[in-house]
Amino acid sequence: MRRPVVLLVAAALAAGLGFAAWRGLILPILATKSAPAAPAGHEIGGPFALIDQDGRAVTDKDLLGKPSVLFFGYTYCPDVCPTTLGDLTQWLKALGPDADRLNVRFITIDPQRDTPKQLKAYLSAFDPRIRGLTGSPQAVAQAAHAYNVYYSKVDLGSGTYSMDHSTTVYLMDAKGHFVEPIGYGEEPAMAIDSLKRLLHP
Amino acid sequence: MPKLPFAGRLAACILAATALCGAAGARDVVSGPLRITRLWSPPAPPSAPTAAGYLTIANSGPAPDRLIGASSPDFDAVQIHQMSMAGGVMSMRPVPRGLLVPAGGSAVLAPDGFHLMLMGPRRAFKAGDHIPVVLTFEHAGSIKAELDVQASAATAMPGMAMH
Repeated sequence: MRRPVVLLVAAALAAGLGFAAWRGLILPILATKSAPAAPAGHEIGGPFALIDQDGRAVTDKDLLGKPSVLFFGYTYCPDVCPTTLGDLTQWLKALGPDADRLNVRFITIDPQRDTPKQLKAYLSAFDPRIRGLTGSPQAVAQAAHAYNVYYSKVDLGSGTYSMDHSTTVYLMDAKGHFVEPIGYGEEPAMAIDSLKRLLHP
Repeated sequence: MPKLPFAGRLAACILAATALCGAAGARDVVSGPLRITRLWSPPAPPSAPTAAGYLTIANSGPAPDRLIGASSPDFDAVQIHQMSMAGGVMSMRPVPRGLLVPAGGSAVLAPDGFHLMLMGPRRAFKAGDHIPVVLTFEHAGSIKAELDVQASAATAMPGMAMH
C-alpha cells in the first residue's frame, strides 16, 4: 500500500517540477524568441510611463495588484490588431465578471498617429475593459523594449506607412512578473485557460 | 422572431439561410475568364483609418493574368498587401508587381495572407454594407465588384451565422 503512495507523490512532484520548468524556463525562452530585437536573456516586463486613452498618466506601478494582459499594436493595422482585440473581447466575455480583476491594455507602437482620442474611438468597438495606452515616441520605445516587443515603420509611399510588430499577448501576474504568452491565432479554449490560470494561480 | 416550435424555427432558419446563400452568390463577378468570389471586408472599428478587403479570383483561361491595382470611391487609396508572420512578428508589405492569377488557377486574398489594404475611409461602414471596388488586371482591364462588410468568411453568407 505504501509504495504506490510514494510513487504517486513522486509522480506529482515530477509533474509539478516539469510544469514549473515549463513556466519558468521554456515559456520565457519561447516568448523571447518571438521578439527578435530583444537582447538574449532580457526579462519581459519593466518600467514604463505612458498616458491612457483619457490622457491620464499611467506607469507600470499602476498595473500592480491585479494580473495584466498586454498587447502591443496600432489602430492603422487592418488585420492582426482588430482580430486580436476581437479575440480578447470574446475571451473576456467568456470569463465574465472574473475578467474585471484583470488589467487589459492595448499599447500602441505608433504614437505618431495613435493619440489618446484615436485610441478611445477605436477601442469603443471592443470590450470596455480593454484600455489604450500611448505616449511620446521615446516613452513607447521604452515600454516596447521592456516587453521585448519589436516594431518597425514600413513606408507605403505618398506619406503613409504601416508598422511591422510583435503580435504576442503578454500575461503578467499581480506583481508585474511575466507568466506566459498567448500567441496570435491561439485556440479560444487554450487562451481562456491561460487567462483562468492567470486569475487563479 | 415570433414563437415557433423548434421544428418550425429550424425550418425557418434553413429557408432563410438558403435564400440568403442564394443572394450572396449574386455578388460573384464573372468577366471573361476571370471569376471573382468570396468578396468581403471585416467591419473596422470606428475611427479605424484602414480596413482589409478579401476575395478569390479564379482564372479559367489559357493565359495568366495579374491583379495590378485597385481603387474604391469610398477610400483615399487601395493597395495590394501581403501579411506574413515570422517568430511572432507580423510584417505587411505592398506587393509591387501585383498578384499573379495563374492560367487555370486562382489567387486568394484571405486573412493572414494577401489583402486589399483600404486606406482612408470616406464614410463609416457597418456589417451588411457594401464597399464598391474597381480591380485592375494586366490583361482583363478594370472590373467592378463589391465587398460585403461582414465579421468573417465563415459567415460569408449573411444570416448563416445562426447555425
